[in-house]
Amino acid sequence: MRTTIANLKKGEKAIIKDFDADVIPLKLLEMGCLPGNTVELLQIAPFGDPLYLDINGSHLAIRIETAREIEIDLIKK
Amino acid sequence: MSKQNINVALIGNPNVGKTSVFNQLTGLNQQVGNYPGITVEKKVGFCKLPNNIHANVIDLPGTYSLNASSADESVVIELLLNKKDKLFPDVIVVVSEVENLKRNLLLFTQIKDLEIPTILVINMIDRMELKGISLDIPFLEEQLKTKIALVSSRKNIGIDELKTLITTYKTISTEPCLNASSIDDDYFNTLRKTFPNQSLYKLWLVITQDVNFADLNRNTLENHSFTKSKSELKKLQQKETIKRYQFINNTLKIGQKIDSATATDFRSQLDRVLTHKIWGYLIFFVVLFGIFQSIFEWSKIPMDFIDSSFASLSTAASEYLPPGAFTNLIAQGIIPGIGGILMFIPQITFLFLFISILEESGYMSRVVFLMDKIMRRFGLSGKSVVPLISGTACAIPAIMATRNIENWKERLITILVTPFTTCSARLPVYAIIIGLVIPDEYLLGILNLQGLTLMLLYLLGFGMAILSAYVLNKVLQLNCKTFFVVEMPNYKLPMFKNVMITVIEKTKAFVFGAGKIILAISVILWFLASNGPSEKFRNAETIITSKSENKTLSALEIENKVASFKLENSYIGIMGKTIEPAISPLGYDWKIGVAIISSFAAREVFVGTLATIYSVGGSENETTIKNKMATETNAETGEKIFNFASGISLLLFYAFALQCISTLAVTKKETNSWKWPLGQLVFMSSFAYIVALIAYQLLK
Repeated sequence: MRTTIANLKKGEKAIIKDFDADVIPLKLLEMGCLPGNTVELLQIAPFGDPLYLDINGSHLAIRIETAREIEIDLIKK
Repeated sequence: MSKQNINVALIGNPNVGKTSVFNQLTGLNQQVGNYPGITVEKKVGFCKLPNNIHANVIDLPGTYSLNASSADESVVIELLLNKKDKLFPDVIVVVSEVENLKRNLLLFTQIKDLEIPTILVINMIDRMELKGISLDIPFLEEQLKTKIALVSSRKNIGIDELKTLITTYKTISTEPCLNASSIDDDYFNTLRKTFPNQSLYKLWLVITQDVNFADLNRNTLENHSFTKSKSELKKLQQKETIKRYQFINNTLKIGQKIDSATATDFRSQLDRVLTHKIWGYLIFFVVLFGIFQSIFEWSKIPMDFIDSSFASLSTAASEYLPPGAFTNLIAQGIIPGIGGILMFIPQITFLFLFISILEESGYMSRVVFLMDKIMRRFGLSGKSVVPLISGTACAIPAIMATRNIENWKERLITILVTPFTTCSARLPVYAIIIGLVIPDEYLLGILNLQGLTLMLLYLLGFGMAILSAYVLNKVLQLNCKTFFVVEMPNYKLPMFKNVMITVIEKTKAFVFGAGKIILAISVILWFLASNGPSEKFRNAETIITSKSENKTLSALEIENKVASFKLENSYIGIMGKTIEPAISPLGYDWKIGVAIISSFAAREVFVGTLATIYSVGGSENETTIKNKMATETNAETGEKIFNFASGISLLLFYAFALQCISTLAVTKKETNSWKWPLGQLVFMSSFAYIVALIAYQLLK
């Protein structure tokens, strides 16, 4: 099973691996969501959605359905 | 040396303090207008620079990149690509922020490709030490081919240096800092050959955006053999973004050192509390509650003061000016009309004060995050919270604020339900009616009943908005991809200067914008109330004095009777009487009917209308608007006109009815169809009538 941002636990970090550019808004790419950059899950909103992330130094929130599209490699502590 | 005028465009990501830089440069020398044809706010300020240079500083809407996805962002590229525009910049100032330099530089590298002299401002340098950041400025200037100004708009550091730097704009490089076209050499070479007279990056922007430019039409570009599909273009855009970030990452690796050990943890601690599943909602509720309580409490004294000042001014005018029609116009038409506008300045000021503090501090984004999941259940987005809250100021900017909602269905529903939120134009109506029918008492010693009622009306507005969103979500069959990206900015202490400038500007806009309409309608109303078509109106004195039951009355009582008889037979009286059968089941008399008719276009006219009507026909003893309304009684039953039942019915009517031409216009503009605004109008107004009817019939 592939690991995506939606699988991250609070406080975990990962490297963005790949995604289909057609299903990800361009704005997200412009804010630094690109293969090779790091992502950290900072907070989860009440009821489990959206996710509050630190991507490449940008603090932003996305919905879980978008998070499921972004494949990652977990960084082991 | 002769005077020189230059244009300076200020551009940057949202949340980098661009507006503070703008305010520091221009102070109160600002003009706010709209871009022609669209409702995007356009701010131009004036600034005196060294060497006798005068600058027109243009504050462009915040954007993350030149890939426009909204009308706000299109404004940016349209201005930057149109050399013929009279505001076309001689120099561009890109504002970035020291903590988000990496992301901010993406926009900077795009701007550099436009080949206009560009200065880079790095803002918030006062936080550098705290965050353990150090910058190699000469290296960065060389790599980015620009001049850098280190600024703290909050502490007013570096602004004078920036002004001096702007004056040297002719010496600043116009060379791009990286070659973005290398992402697909073949494609860009063909482009260059086909349109040798156009700038390559401009061509690229036009191909990938949904915008047309005066001298360059999309269609002429699309009919070429080398045209790429949408998906291919998007892949290319992605490649372009990656390429730019590579360049930025390499540059910052050498030019920026971050000692993360010194970074503080304030933000995450505050986030934990403010987005907590219990504390988060509780705090949000307390914040809203506090705002509405204080709007009512704090503005009571200045409001009463303004109301009574205008009342005495009106009395003075009729005493000291020579009697005649002109004096009547001033004393009964114009002065009460102006008073009816000005008395609401305190409340509107407080409202805008709180809203701009919520936005400036960064708290609003946390509310978006907190509410998204809940709002989605009603077919809205977390981002709908911002329009719904700023709708408490005015529905017009609120509807425009829906533009950053990515999903069309969520956006449409937000637009349609936003007019239910209690806007500042309803506030005057609520304030005066609550003051009349709800006792000024305290519940449990702390909760003011009047403030509580106001809070309930606000909640009612929100509740109705959310309920109709739920229904619309079920009814509307639209399939839209859902995209949701929201930036979570750093917490900031709101800057006094920024907040004040916003408050002053918005209040000014209310007084002059709404004021003009209110004043004009007051004068028209005065005319209609002081003239009548029939013999009855002209012979009022003889008719009243000749009636036998009036023989025993004193001169003053006769005078009052004549005045109200005249009013009833004036043009306005006839209009009011005509619709009375339709509104008397709601508990209103014909005077309120007139106020409802006149406030159809703009609901804030209500109080001014009543003020004018009562000045013309009312008793002379009561001078303030509120006291005049309090003493109005029904001629037949002797009951007070503004009693509990009719008051509640009026409050509900104004809570739900869509009485605002501007809202209809902006909805039409944003949805591009008359279908939606007309639906809004019919639904809201008939709903208002029915609810008000039921309320009065139950309570009377």
